[in-house]
Parts: sequence; structure tokens; C-alpha cells
Amino acid sequence: MKHFILFVALAFSTPTLADTIIVQSTTSTQNSGLYDYLLPMLKKDTGVQVNIVAVGTGQAINNAMRCDGDVLLVHARPDEETFIAGGYGKYRRDLMYNDLVIIGPKDDPAKVAGALNVNEVLQRIMQAGVKFASRGDDSGTHKKERLLWQAAAIDPDAGSGQWYLETGSGMGATLNTGVSLGAYVLTDRATWIAFANKQDSTILFEGAPPLFNQYGVIPVSEKRCPNVNHEAAEKFAQWLLSETGQAAIAAYQVEGKQLFFPNANVRLNSSIELK
Amino acid sequence: MNALAEAFRLIITLDADLFEILRLSIRVSLVALIIAAIIGLPLGTWLAITRFPGRKFCILLMNALMGMPPVVVGLMVYLLLSRSGPLGWMGLLYTPTAMIIAQVVLITPIIAALSNQVIEHLHQEYSDTFQSMGVTGRRAVVAYLVDARYALTTCILAGFGRAIAEVGAVIIVGGNIDHLTRVMTTAIALETSKGNLTLALALGTVLLALSLLVNSLVIGVREYAVKRQYA
Amino acid sequence: MPSPILPIRISNLRLIKGGRAVLDGVNLVTEEPGITVIMGPNGAGKTLLLRCLHGLIEPDQGQITLGHLSVAESRDQQAMVFQHPVLLRRTALQNLAFAAPGVARSEPQQLIKALESVQLAERAHQPARMLSGGEQQRLALARALLIKPALLLLDEATASLDPASVQMIEALVKTQIAQGTKVILVSHDQGQARRLADDVVFMSDGQVVEQSPANDFFAAPKTPVAKAYLAGEILL
Repeated sequence: MKHFILFVALAFSTPTLADTIIVQSTTSTQNSGLYDYLLPMLKKDTGVQVNIVAVGTGQAINNAMRCDGDVLLVHARPDEETFIAGGYGKYRRDLMYNDLVIIGPKDDPAKVAGALNVNEVLQRIMQAGVKFASRGDDSGTHKKERLLWQAAAIDPDAGSGQWYLETGSGMGATLNTGVSLGAYVLTDRATWIAFANKQDSTILFEGAPPLFNQYGVIPVSEKRCPNVNHEAAEKFAQWLLSETGQAAIAAYQVEGKQLFFPNANVRLNSSIELK
Repeated sequence: MNALAEAFRLIITLDADLFEILRLSIRVSLVALIIAAIIGLPLGTWLAITRFPGRKFCILLMNALMGMPPVVVGLMVYLLLSRSGPLGWMGLLYTPTAMIIAQVVLITPIIAALSNQVIEHLHQEYSDTFQSMGVTGRRAVVAYLVDARYALTTCILAGFGRAIAEVGAVIIVGGNIDHLTRVMTTAIALETSKGNLTLALALGTVLLALSLLVNSLVIGVREYAVKRQYA
Repeated sequence: MPSPILPIRISNLRLIKGGRAVLDGVNLVTEEPGITVIMGPNGAGKTLLLRCLHGLIEPDQGQITLGHLSVAESRDQQAMVFQHPVLLRRTALQNLAFAAPGVARSEPQQLIKALESVQLAERAHQPARMLSGGEQQRLALARALLIKPALLLLDEATASLDPASVQMIEALVKTQIAQGTKVILVSHDQGQARRLADDVVFMSDGQVVEQSPANDFFAAPKTPVAKAYLAGEILL
């Protein structure tokens, strides 16, 4: 039996090509179609074949800590720094940003559209007793959302299951749930713009500084994970951080709107070699 | 209705992405099915015709494993195949092979448990005659498998149905990587999360059509068997 | 040629089922070749005795020897035909091939001959379970004879079959005697017993109560229970 399994394994395994890498990624970059747009260009320039495993930021980081990825592309700065500090990542670079927005039903029962800041938005939602759908999955967006509640001095867990609904799912699934329930949802703008099941919901609050959403790229350390394809991972990261990559990110649009704004630090880029 | 039209359009236009995904779905589930059948059918048969202490417990365990959630199976196989897991050196995580392994774990108990019931039934009929003719051991297992071949198609079909339809295990160990490990169910999950509900439903319709096709084939086989008193 | 499984000695055989002794000290010695018919009312233990002899049931007590052999040792020289034939879900020919794989490999024409002997050659490639009851039992007999058994056991093998099949089976059983096969047959059919039996064993309540040459038995049964049975009385 062992032989047989081995035989099948050999017959069906895809040989690890020198220039194939696995990227543990957040979902927004995949769901918004960014990878479909970028990867063919990247492959043409660098020859690297990129396989995307799109899960929440929390899961992506955990997977990378088990060495099941060559590069991490996520958006939860504090966790990324912990990752680096633990020796799992070679380095972390700012890659691009977009922002988070709060969507909800067009008639806006909690009247958040006129709020002055995020704190007020959240207070109005809680006071109105309308539903709020949370990721509840330890993802980058979820972590950010928890910080926002904290800043507004509200403990949403008190209303868990009543008005505060933790879906424990990805952004898309949470949006599906939120939209059907007429609930408010915190989402990244890219996923929302590309989302096809908006129904009666729309962006009700945006543009406040706490809603800034920074994406980072981290090649996994070959010291910690000897199996990583660090050369190809390096090519991947460097292409994204290069002028070509940054311009390509800026050029990506859905329905005439730019979804991600490149902000790789050019000065750091030039001094990147950490041998 | 839109979904149905979309499903139709995808099939008629021989949509390249659809057929790539469909091919992988069928390939993964078929290979998993073959392996699961090679393990599960003789195991179920052997447990039906032999008597030893602990046999009842084995059957109980097999039946319990039938109800194992795919996500749990996926997680177990993931931890096994993870680069930091015991089989990490094989480099199988996020490959179709990993998906095959997960599905084998998932459906072998189903095939074993269902075939066990089929063979136990047949064993009541055959046991005296086989004992009289001195047919035991390996020869008996093979004879039972051959004679129950048409009834066993149902067990195998149940296994295939579970394999082709499950998403929880393959999405964890396969990663839903485009052009590499994306299958029908994970594609449906992805399109749902993008809010493309029509496309998701269309893909579901294609999967349903595949299931209908496979089922009618099996029904045909069974009718043939009944006509010849082979069922 | 002396039969390797004679004499058959059964001593003090007991079998308990559901707290009741269904075989209650059976003693029997059969030294003669030919056909022994076991008769007796329902529940007398005829079939159970046959099954013990064939090794399908392990008795709780007592001993069986066949020549110098135990039941287990004589198994491959025994064949049994049951009241309801169990045929595999395959063709008639494949059923024979399964019973005797060696013959099927080295002398496949023997299988056809066996089918001819029960007039089923034309049905060779039909599914066995599509055959009529009589045809199925004929096939079962052909299957049993394929291994050239020294001991052939028939358990009401012709009950409720068509007369033509009964005749064919009886004829075939008789030819086996000529080849030195010992036959033990359980039958309710007095006509059949008179036609075939060389000696008769009469059982009642889990015991052998009478064993006589056939002519003596039918002319003058020694026990009242046998007398009543032959007279056609209902025995409870």
C-alpha cells in the first residue's frame, strides 16, 4: 500500500520548479482581481510562476510560520512585525495601501453617513441597535475592526449574536451575509468595488485616517524554513517593489476606479540586501 | 434562471477555464476514488466475512469515520503535509496529490462501510456454500467482490459523490490555487466570496449535470444487473 | 477400490441449540458403500447431522471419523448439495469453473462434459440465476461432482423440483455409486428413498432409532415411530 501511495504521489505531484513560489496572501488582493492582472506581467519579467493561497491574514501568517509559503502578502502591521521579530521573515516592506470603508443599506438606519469620525459611526450603529457583520476570523480587517471598537470605547461582544454578528468567514462571505441582512460591514475598498452582490448596500462612511489600510510584503526566511524558494521569492518581492511593479499596481482599475495605491519606500528598496 | 443560462453558455462555448477546473475535479476525485476503492472494498468485505475479537469495534469505527467533517480531514492532512509536518519533505502541500490524499482519507471509510453492509447481506446467502466448497480467505474476498459488483457500484458512487462535492478538505490542502489546485467546489466558494452568485450557481449547475450523468450510468448498469439476476 | 472415507463412524454426537439438545447422542456406523438415506419426521435432526458430517457445524460433543480421517481432513473429498441451491451471480459455466479452478485451467472440456451430464450444455453462457429451479439444482449437482468427491451429501436436494429434473438427478447420483462415491441423502420422499436407498437410517428426536438395509426397513420397520412415519401418519 505504501508503494502504491508513493506511486500515486509521484504520478500526480507537480514537480517543484525552480521558479515556482507559493504566496500566502490576504483575500482582498485575490478577490479584487489584482493578482490576475499582475501575475502575467510578473511572470513575463521574472519567469517566476506564482501560486496564490488566499486566506485571511491571520491564517496566512500561521501557514507561513509553518513554512508553507515562500512569501507573505498581508495587511496587519503589528502581526507582521511580530512575524519578523520571530525570525520567520527576512524583511518587511510597505507595498501599497488602500482604505477600509463602512458599507450598509442605502437608507442608512443608523445615520452614519453624517458622522464626524469612526468613533461616532460605531457609536451610532450600537445605539441604533442595527446589525453589524464582523469577519470574526482574526484576519487583517478583523483585527483593524477590533481596534476601532476599542478606540470608540465600545465592547461589541456584549451584543454578540444580537446586533454584533461574527461570521467567522472571509470578506466575501461576510459581505454576502451583511448585504442580505441589511447590516453594516467594515470592508476594504478593493473587495467592495469588485464585489458583485452589492444589492441595496453602498459605501456610507470613508476617508477617515484610522481607516488607512497598509499592505506589506515579506519573503519567508530561509534560515527558519530551509525549504523556501528564496531566490524566486526575492524576485517576486523585488518586482512588486520595483518601479515597474508599483506602476502596474497603480494602473489596476475596476469599474474605472483605482483599487490599490503603491507606496513602497524607494530609499529602503535600494539598500535591501540583508545577506 | 440566469444561472442556468450561464451554465449553458459556459458549456456550449467550451469555456477553457471551466473545462480546466472540471478536468481537475474529475481527475482528483477519480484517482482518490480508485485508491479508496482498492483499500475500502476488500477491507469492508474482509470485515463482513471474518470473525475476530474487535471486529464489531472496527465496523463501528468505520461507520463513525463516515461522518467525519471534510474540514477536519483537510486539517489533519494539512498538518501531515505541511513543510514543518512529518511528510513535509515530500513537498506535496498545495498540489493535486495533497487533494487526492485528503479525499482518499475522506471516502475510504464510506466505501468500506457501505460495501461491508452489501457483503454481509451476500455472506448470509453464500457462507454455507463457500464453506462447503472450501472457499476462504483471499479467494472468498475476491469472489464476494466479483459477485456483488453491481451492488458495489452504489457504494463507489456514494464515495465519488462525496469526493466531487466536498470543499472543506481540498481548499485547505490544495489552497485553491488558480490553474493548479482549483476545482469545481473551491471555484464555487471563491466566486461566492466575490459575490458572483450567478457564476457560482452556474458552476454548481455544471457539477449537478456531471452528477446526473454519473448517476444515470450507474442506474443503467444496475438495470442490466437486475435483468440478469446479478443484482 | 476401497473408499478412503469408509467406514463413517459417528459416536455420541450432541448439539445444543437454544438450551435444547437437537442432536442428542447420535451413534451411527456406515461401512457399506452405496446410498444411505436418512429419513425421519421434521425436527428429527437429519439436516443438522448432515451439516456436522460436512463440517458446517461444530458439534458440542461426540466424535466423527471418516475412514482414518477427521471431518476437517476429509473436507476436500466431500461435496454437498443443499435444498436451495446457491449459485454465484455468473454464468452456468463460470459457476463450474469457480468450483474447480484447477479443472477449468487444465481440462476446460471437463466443464462442458459436466454441463452435458445435467443437460445444461446449451445454457453454458446464461446467467445461472436465470435458470429454472430444477436447472439450478442440476447445475449445483454438476458443480458438486466436478471435484470427484468420495462422499456426496444431498440435503433434500430434489424437494419441490420438476419430475424431469428429479429423474435426471437420481440417475446421475446412481452413476456416482458405480464410480465408488459414497452418497448420504436426506429425503422426505418415500418413493425416492425406495428407488435409491441401499440402507436407511431413521432418526427421531435427535437420535438414530433404526438403521436397516432398505428392503428390510420398508418391509418391516422395527420401531413404532418409523412404522407410523411410513404409514403417513402426522408425527408431532
